[in-house]
Amino acid sequence: MDLQTMIYLVVGATFALYIGIAIWARAGSTSEFYAAGGSVHPVTNGMATAADWMSAASFISMAGLIANMGYGGALFLMGWTGGYVLLAMLLAPYLRKFGKFTVPQFIGDRFYSKTASTVAVFCLLTASITYIIGQMTGVGVAFSRFLGVSSETGIYVGMGIVFMYAVFGGMKGITYTQVAQYIVLILAYTIPAIFISMHLTGNPIPQLGLGANMAGTDASLLSKLDQVVVDLGFGKYTTTTAGSTLNMFVYTMSLMIGTAGLPHVIMRFFTVPTVKDARSSAGWALVFIAILYTTAPAVAGMAKLNLHSTVNSAVVTGGDLFAPEASIKAEDRPDWMKRWEKTGLLKFEDKNGDGRIQYYNDKSTNPEALAKAEAAGWKGNELSVNADIIVLANPEIALLPNWVIALVAAGGLAAALSTAAGLLMAISSAVSHDLIKGIFAPNISEKGELLAGKISMAVAIVISGYLGLNPPGFAAGTVALAFGIAASSLFPAIMMGIFSKKMNKEGAIAGMLAGLFVTLFYVFAHKGIFFIKGTEFLPLIGGANSFFGITPEAFGAIGALVNFSVAFIVDKVTKEPPEHIQAMVEAVRTPRGSTAVRGAH
Amino acid sequence: MDDTGKAYWSATLSLLGKILVIWFLISFGAGILFVDVLNTIMLGGYPLGFWFAQQGSMYIFIALIFYYARKMNEIDRQFDVHEE
Repeated sequence: MDLQTMIYLVVGATFALYIGIAIWARAGSTSEFYAAGGSVHPVTNGMATAADWMSAASFISMAGLIANMGYGGALFLMGWTGGYVLLAMLLAPYLRKFGKFTVPQFIGDRFYSKTASTVAVFCLLTASITYIIGQMTGVGVAFSRFLGVSSETGIYVGMGIVFMYAVFGGMKGITYTQVAQYIVLILAYTIPAIFISMHLTGNPIPQLGLGANMAGTDASLLSKLDQVVVDLGFGKYTTTTAGSTLNMFVYTMSLMIGTAGLPHVIMRFFTVPTVKDARSSAGWALVFIAILYTTAPAVAGMAKLNLHSTVNSAVVTGGDLFAPEASIKAEDRPDWMKRWEKTGLLKFEDKNGDGRIQYYNDKSTNPEALAKAEAAGWKGNELSVNADIIVLANPEIALLPNWVIALVAAGGLAAALSTAAGLLMAISSAVSHDLIKGIFAPNISEKGELLAGKISMAVAIVISGYLGLNPPGFAAGTVALAFGIAASSLFPAIMMGIFSKKMNKEGAIAGMLAGLFVTLFYVFAHKGIFFIKGTEFLPLIGGANSFFGITPEAFGAIGALVNFSVAFIVDKVTKEPPEHIQAMVEAVRTPRGSTAVRGAH
Repeated sequence: MDDTGKAYWSATLSLLGKILVIWFLISFGAGILFVDVLNTIMLGGYPLGFWFAQQGSMYIFIALIFYYARKMNEIDRQFDVHEE
């Protein structure tokens, strides 16, 4: 069977599965729509949370980023998993005990203020909408790369599938499709990794393979990789940091607290029956996430080595990397390279006209590598590789069978669709529950609210589809913004609501606004006001990364610090919260008396 | 808050404090701040600091959450605030 038919078959089968689940899991009440009836098993919820969490970026881009960054790529690994420790201990069980449907509802009730919940709704909508643009473009990318249809058609099909299970099934439909999507994406990620690890090291477990010796030699894979990349002028793989150590520290911290503060993840913990389940469910979520996240660095290192050995035969033989005959002849390059060149993710340009492909770092800070390259008559790097190739073309680089390539296509789509659905749930519940029921129409009936929820969901799908089709030119920077907002506004507000009984509404609102403001200010200074080109105002803050060399992506943790500080100062000079609020905080802190999540105000 | 409530909360906070110290030490400590020192030690083919940053920290995070969940259940029962 040819590759294209195989891909259509596998992707078609997974879509049929999702639609089947949508028909089976329709939501008949607001409790089912917002919280899957509050009856999801903690392990099931853990699996759904993992799919909810692992986005197109985790699946398609992360391994490639790590391959490019080397050791420094660990900031994504630690940042996007370490946040679950914070979520499990500081937020999830208490929010579950609180027993309401949404994050802004907690903030509004705890800080006895509609203003507080409105600020929270604003933060939630900005974070979730910016995040969803990336998912929708991810759906388009996966479709166009693998199925040979246009990116637009891909987004329409994706919208249609999500519509079926998210609008009719709400959280209930989303939960069970996410479980199915998790299974698809984790198989798609690990199977190629196992093959490659087996091939390179003889060890089928990628996590062990990365630390093993190259098959048939005494040299470890990482030392081999270090030696090859250093010789070719790249930074040493196992020690290159992401900017300064301080930047890596703050970046990791920002991703951790951003992860813990993202509403679409927090919401998943409203679906388990008890507080006890919320705690263990976070552990299960991290187990399922870590299966992919500990495989990713192995995929990164191994695919990088594979790529180098594909274009330079001396990598395998251990001979001179700069020998003329070591670099591959352009006409002999494998079919997968030709295929991916068509997508623009891979580019080859014969700068020195010798008909061979030289792949090295021509902007190296290593004079020895540059001198050798010049002596060999190399006139610049001739191969540019998009980071996404590492996962997308991985099965082809490793010469795996067609069904594995088809599975990777289905896995990429599962990752993007499951995260998009979770975000849509967060957006539509904030609109129908916090805005419509909470502010504009408090007397709406349950049936009316359920309908409002479904309509908000449908509208959110159309808007996100539109944004996916017409990405506002800043799509790449948006995920960083989502984490920055979650870290600087939502996480501190929720945490203080639980851990500081005396925190009052003035402190919380001032803190959220201050955290949000400094973060947006710093990000916009680098990337333009609302990412509009030409409106950057770097001179005003004293140049790029002027705050101790910290990059805008890493700034969320600083925003959170500002949030906490402003909140405590304002809290000290204003009057303490009313007695019944303090009693409520005490009630939230103990598990006894928890009930299934319900929405009553 | 009554005395049991206070004692329950301080037991909870002390557990959280301990876990957060370990959480910090293995990720920000072993994975970032002391990575160079640890890299002088090898764990199979892995330099140890690199291993903590790209593998070990994640395994320990999982262990920390399950340890937390188990300990909290014990504390809940000890102070008789567990769910029925």
